[in-house]
Amino acid sequence: MLLINNMNTSTLVLEKKVTKKTTRIKGSDAVLQCLIAEGVTTIFGYPGGAIMPIYDALYHYQDKLNHILTRHEQGAVHAAQGMARVTGKAGVCFATSGPGATNLITGIADAQIDSTPLVCITGQVPSHLLGTDAFQETDVMGISMPVTKWNYQVTRAEEIPYAIARAFYIANTGRPGPVLIDITKDAQFAEFDFTYDKCEKIRSYHPYPEALSSDLEAAANLINEAKKPYILVGQGVQLSGAENELIRFAEKTGIPMAATLMGLSGISTSHPLYVGYLGMHGNYGPNIKTNECDVLIAIGMRFDDRVTGDLDRYAKQAKVIHIEIDPSEIDKNVKTTVAINSDAKQALLGLLPLVNVSMHKDWIDEFHQCDKIEFDKVIDAELHPDSGEIKMAEVINRISKVTDGDAIVVTDVGQHQMVANRYYKFRKSLSCITSGGLGTMGFALPAAMGAKVGQPERTVIAVIGDGGFQMTIQELGTIRQSDLAVKILILNNNFLGMVRQWQQLFFEKRYSFTELDNPDFQMITKGYGIKAQKVEKREDLDQAIFDWLNCEGPALLEVVVEQEGNVFPMVPSGASVAEIRLD
Amino acid sequence: MSLELKYPTSTPREFTLSVLTEDKSGLINQLTIIFTKRKININSLNVSVTEVKGVSRFTIVTETSKDMIDNIVKQIRKLIDVLGAFVYEEDQIFYQEIALYKVPKYAIVDGKSIEDLVSKSGARILVVETDYMIIEKTGKARETHDLYQKLEPFGLLEFIRSGRVAISKSTRKTEAYIKELEASNSNKLSIKDF
Repeated sequence: MLLINNMNTSTLVLEKKVTKKTTRIKGSDAVLQCLIAEGVTTIFGYPGGAIMPIYDALYHYQDKLNHILTRHEQGAVHAAQGMARVTGKAGVCFATSGPGATNLITGIADAQIDSTPLVCITGQVPSHLLGTDAFQETDVMGISMPVTKWNYQVTRAEEIPYAIARAFYIANTGRPGPVLIDITKDAQFAEFDFTYDKCEKIRSYHPYPEALSSDLEAAANLINEAKKPYILVGQGVQLSGAENELIRFAEKTGIPMAATLMGLSGISTSHPLYVGYLGMHGNYGPNIKTNECDVLIAIGMRFDDRVTGDLDRYAKQAKVIHIEIDPSEIDKNVKTTVAINSDAKQALLGLLPLVNVSMHKDWIDEFHQCDKIEFDKVIDAELHPDSGEIKMAEVINRISKVTDGDAIVVTDVGQHQMVANRYYKFRKSLSCITSGGLGTMGFALPAAMGAKVGQPERTVIAVIGDGGFQMTIQELGTIRQSDLAVKILILNNNFLGMVRQWQQLFFEKRYSFTELDNPDFQMITKGYGIKAQKVEKREDLDQAIFDWLNCEGPALLEVVVEQEGNVFPMVPSGASVAEIRLD
Repeated sequence: MSLELKYPTSTPREFTLSVLTEDKSGLINQLTIIFTKRKININSLNVSVTEVKGVSRFTIVTETSKDMIDNIVKQIRKLIDVLGAFVYEEDQIFYQEIALYKVPKYAIVDGKSIEDLVSKSGARILVVETDYMIIEKTGKARETHDLYQKLEPFGLLEFIRSGRVAISKSTRKTEAYIKELEASNSNKLSIKDF
């Protein structure tokens, strides 16, 4: 134990007459010791008045806890998200009260909708000032309540171990999500007899419902009788670590699989039963075949409107099996024939012995015929243009080939996001990191920092548009200071491309405030001390990608791409998945 | 006959929610957020202790569709400190509300005194002060409203009605439910009929 002030040990007799060793320490030290006990190695954060005692304690824990100072609290929370997404464990961030805390909210909302475990710790004004509109006081409990899985305000040091133990348990178990612990400054200063026990049970919270055998049997019967069964892979497969079980299940039953945006990388794109990507800008076959299958097996996904299009015309012909850990998602958007309420892994393990060995060659061929249509009408021209401006898709395709689909790809929000996730050929799980549900511009750069910290041995590529880059561009400073070897790709079309695409298609080309007069990204990046290069010609692309990926440390590659390129296929808002447009 | 057959699931109607929770601060906010997020109004809300120490009961009356109430009740069950949430229709519960009426003391309308009205309405006089008296009536909203209309001609000074309190027709004990929940590793949803 290192330099902890006022440390002396005493004993506390607990109710059950178990004598536990306690240490008399300050609340601020207790916060850090709790984090260490939970296996936390890295914290992303930003100091300020109300969290200064914790930062003061942190000074003495630098050999045990790696604190990364971001340039904005939004950067801290997105970085914590990125780390959580590649490690499967709760990411941790610190912020002060008031504006520090409110700056976390976007990231917390993002984590809530994308089921990402986070433990956010905010400082709060001293408890005697609560409710007085004190300097930097804000009701972070009230503000964060709708976007957290759980939150708790600590006003006495004695509550710290309880709150943090619960926080990690709740964030990490069941359907993961963000929690927030707000700690008043006086609770950080106060001394108490510290002891830590991990939380293992909360009587009102049952994170792992067990699949009922009757549901498993009913689902297996539907699967065994199906002529055109179809698997939709959601993020739940990766969250429950069911990647291998999914492959065993799909290979035994011979059922084709498509992935949602959040489900991407849960199954290798090279798997023969993988047929593509679902949703608004997904692949042609996976969308239209949804309305032709006879049994739809949705695994750990929530039928988001970007996946379903018009619900009244979504898979109406199919019997729907929904494997889902969160009961509130069952029958929310799509009514199920059989619902299996458990995590994906347990459900698949339960189904495996019940399903018959089968093949669906003709049915899978139908997907391949669709692939050919999509290739001829969309993909070929996107990947292999003879002349003209560089297309986003060809850049992603080249990077995918050079990295052999092995990188972690962190995307921002917009056209480049859809293109990156369409054309990057993921081979490894937990590699597609994107803001799916909330669609948070500015997500990618800080999330990529967290991904790099979580998986330092892997190549981490942040794919960002020129709009989103400027929402969290200040995190270049963090990347430099903490030497995070993130590879940043800016696909620059000088437009807020996705909004512009909608304006072109649905608002008669009225480009209302979507054109950007951008700064010199090269100069800015170099100003932060990070290598940067810009490509405007197709013939320079390969060499630039090679240099960018192979140089030491962080580097930025800006590619000037087609100004008014559109992402197709597209299921227009409110249309049926069967009405997917190829142009 | 199931309720689904009586009404289409999208038709709005009245539901009573009974929510058992740990006695923790902030829960009322967490519960109401679920309604406000969907722009659904709460008609009445009552919070009370239960026969089990440390367990509170929220009784919420709202008007919405069957689909929506199913969605809402699942969201409520998801709250970490909620022990159970149950949705009832009128025929599944016994329920009452309490109404208080402040009226002038010596008013007479059509030769009838307030005392006559009170005794015929199953109400009672709670307090008699120098200038006014307070009448109490327990019943369903339409009954307390009926008395309200009758008292109006007497120059009603003030009227207030409580939220609904409801008890289900099930014979399960709250304590037994909590014990079952504690012993269970599965989801609280699987415990039905309460």
